[in-house]
Formats: sequence, structure tokens, C-alpha cells
Amino acid sequence: MGYSGFKVIKEGLFGQKGWKPVWRNPDPKPEYDVIIIGGGGHGLSTAYYLAKEYGITNVAVLEKGYLGGGNVGRNTTIVRANYGLPGNSEFYSHSLKLWEGMEQDLNYNTMMSQRGVLNLFHSDGQRDAFARRGNTMRNQGDDAELLTPEQVRVEAPMIDFDNVRFPIYGGLMHRRGGTARHDAVAWGYARGADQRGVDLIQNCEVTGIDIEGGVVRGVQTSRGAIRAKKVAIVVAGRSSQVAGMAGMRLPIESHVLQAFVSEGLKPIMPGVISFGMGHFYISQSDKGGLVFGGDLDFYASYAARGNLPMKEHVMDAAMTLMPSIGKARVLRSWGGIMDMSSDGSPIIDKTQTEGLFLNCGWCYGGFKAVPGSGFSYAHLIAKGEHHAPAARFRLDRFRTGTGLMDEEGTGSQHNLH
Amino acid sequence: MRLPCPICGERDRREFYYQGHATLLDRPAADADAGAWDDYVHNRDNPAGETRDLWHHEAGCGAWIVVTRNTVTHEVLGAVLAEKAKS
Repeated sequence: MGYSGFKVIKEGLFGQKGWKPVWRNPDPKPEYDVIIIGGGGHGLSTAYYLAKEYGITNVAVLEKGYLGGGNVGRNTTIVRANYGLPGNSEFYSHSLKLWEGMEQDLNYNTMMSQRGVLNLFHSDGQRDAFARRGNTMRNQGDDAELLTPEQVRVEAPMIDFDNVRFPIYGGLMHRRGGTARHDAVAWGYARGADQRGVDLIQNCEVTGIDIEGGVVRGVQTSRGAIRAKKVAIVVAGRSSQVAGMAGMRLPIESHVLQAFVSEGLKPIMPGVISFGMGHFYISQSDKGGLVFGGDLDFYASYAARGNLPMKEHVMDAAMTLMPSIGKARVLRSWGGIMDMSSDGSPIIDKTQTEGLFLNCGWCYGGFKAVPGSGFSYAHLIAKGEHHAPAARFRLDRFRTGTGLMDEEGTGSQHNLH
Repeated sequence: MRLPCPICGERDRREFYYQGHATLLDRPAADADAGAWDDYVHNRDNPAGETRDLWHHEAGCGAWIVVTRNTVTHEVLGAVLAEKAKS
């Protein structure tokens, strides 16, 4: 079923009775060419690109809950390509280009809105750092503009320019960044994969990975054994447990990241704004809610709910940047489980087991990576070689120390990202 | 969350700095191979359930402690001084 404006009008005239489920709900077959463990954003986009770009359609996506029920439905929906390090820079650049063509490609409204991402800075040193980052982004072929305080005032008149402690020295504007409707991204990829013959199997928990003589043979699940020539793990939030089924121990510690949303308000904020002093970022959804977040809770946790100290910290930062936010009421807050890798960058790689692939470690930046990660992972699974934009997301960089991507420059250590 | 510091008693989480899993107490010998150091610095069991991790009571007595707690329920099961946990 294709979507169009005509279809919307027609269904409106005839009582909305013509809409049908957009993907099948199949039982698992005994064997597939590729099994993807994890039906989140990354798993579904991997399935889609496997089918579309590489012609591999005998594929199952196994999801223990429901499609898109994990972090793809729990994030702050920000899309951007403003990374500085080689490895990350070309990957997110590729991913942003896929975002720009996503709605046409999927025939699905993911509400991709390039409303701009503005990173504020508050000192001369920070200005230098952001100028350098902006140059890196432009060298990569992406967009960046260094704004003066007067230019920031035009873009974001609602913030406090007279704060004595954290004056606004300017901002780095990335106009092609923005936000997208997170659930719709998962649904769009699910529909596209299903249309190309991929089996999306929900309520199917993987309980074991079958390996014989160093070669993967399939998986054990809550719905029986399924054989496969290749198995691809993409289960951020539970990576350590699933990789553990294959005898692997990952450079990952799971942490909770919180997010918050206010009641719906009239438009006040055009794009995404991040505060340069204290970890805080904010945007306004199309429904009018202010969506904002801060840093990790900073201790290992799988609790998918946050602690009070970090809530206080985020609210402090919000009030410092934008005192008018004090009039808004917080509607709800929630937490997602982050795969924190020790250098703060992701992993898309083969494993020591032949036919077993690993995609994990997205830290708190997985949403913007959904298309790029799926594309590059599909390439690796199909061709057995790394896709150029993701070629540096290697697992062995931790052991060898070569190619660590420590974007924050704090060191490759678990409690520093 | 409150952590039971063996010296100060139950104290607010804000007084503590989180270092990471207690595996950090088992430092390899200086001449250990790269794999041992990789395990020590990077690789983690990362359990969903009971874990032991290392905290510093930096805004309190300054002690390093090993806390046993549950990463799913946030239940805190106990704490001992790191110097005693190591032996």
C-alpha cells in the first residue's frame, strides 16, 4: 500500500475504513539466510537495506518485545552530523544524507524536519573549539556556520543573554540538522522491509546462539530453534547479554540516560539548542512539548528510569539557559538504557565466530545513526567487508589502541563518556 | 539512591563518585599481555542484575568502597571498604 495525499482525502471521505496493517505478522520459518536479532531502529533499517541495496530478502528480524519498543521510541529525536573525529565524521555525514532522502525512499512520513541544531559557546576557548569543529564539518562536506551573539539572538531570542556566569559568546549552527518523528522511523523501515519480503517476528526472544566449530548455525528462541547462515546482533541496551550467548565480553557498560517533555506550548523554539556549560539540550516537538535532556545518571543500570540528582541537574541547566522555561510544567520523564562503549563511539564489525556480526555501543547517539548504521551493517553482512563510512567502527580498536574514537577527548575509560 | 558507606553510614548518592565495576581492583601485572589489559580497562560482564562496583565517597570520608547492588531494581545490598574487598 502506497501513501499519498489523494489516499488520505479518499479515506477521510469513506470513514477511514480502507487502511490495513502495513506489515505481516509471520511465524518463523525453520531457516533464513540472515537473522537479525533486534527489531529496533537499527535492526529494522539493517533489514531494509539488506533487502533493498543488497537483494537479500530471506531475512528474519527477531524482536523479543514489539517493533521499535526500545530506544528508538525513547530518545529526543535529534538528527545531526556535527562530529569532529575521522571515523565518526564521515559516518554521520553519510547517515544525514540518508535522512534527507528517507521519506521519498520509504514512502513514509517520518516528519524529518531540518530545523537546525545550534550549539552555544560561552568562552573564547569554547569558540575556538567550535570554530575548529565547524571547519571539520565543512571539510567533510556538511554545513556549519559560526554565529556571533547578535546572530544567535535572531535564532534564539528566548535564551538568557545576560547571564553573568555563562554569557553567550556565540553558537555553531548546523542548519541541516533537526528532528524526526522517532516511532515513524522504525515503522517506515519495518514497512519497507516487510514489503521486500523480510519476516518481522515479534515476541520472539533469542535465548541462545548456536555455534559449531567456530561457525554460526542459528539461534534458539522462545519460539523454537531457527537456523541461519548469518546472524547479526543489533540489540543496544542488551548487547552484553546477547553477545554473551556467543561467549563474547564487550567493552560496554550500560547506563541510563533520561529525557523530559513539558506540556504542549505555543511555538517558542525554532530548532535544537544545546547549552555549552553543563550538559543540556532542548527542542520543541510539533505537538508543542519542549523535549530536553542532559547527561547520563552515571552508574551502571538497566532500570530504564532515572534518578533525582540528574533531574535536578537538568532542570538547573534549563533554568540557567532559559529562565522562561520555569513557567512550563514537566509532563513526564523517562530513561533509556545506553550501550556505553569505553571510547564513546560505536562498533559495527565481524566477530571471531564466522557468520556472526556485531552492531552495538551507540552510547547516547544512536537515533541519528539509524539509517547509516543499517546501511553500513547491511553492507558488512552482505559483502563481508566494511562499508567505507563505518570502516573505523572496529571492535579490535580497544585491544590494540589503534583507531580509538574518543570524541570528547577524555580518554578511553568507561566512566568518562 | 543511598549507599551504605562502611564508615559514615547511609549517605546520598550525590556524595559519591562512580568509578566502575569492581573488576578494576584486579589490576593485571605490569608485564601482562595486551588481552589482559584490554579485559581490565575495557571489557565488562555488564550484568543485568547483581553487580559489584567501585565508588569513592569524595564528599564524605574519602573512602573507596565496593557496593553490591542490583542494576535492574536499584536495590542496594551492601558495601565494604575497597581495601578489604581486594583481599
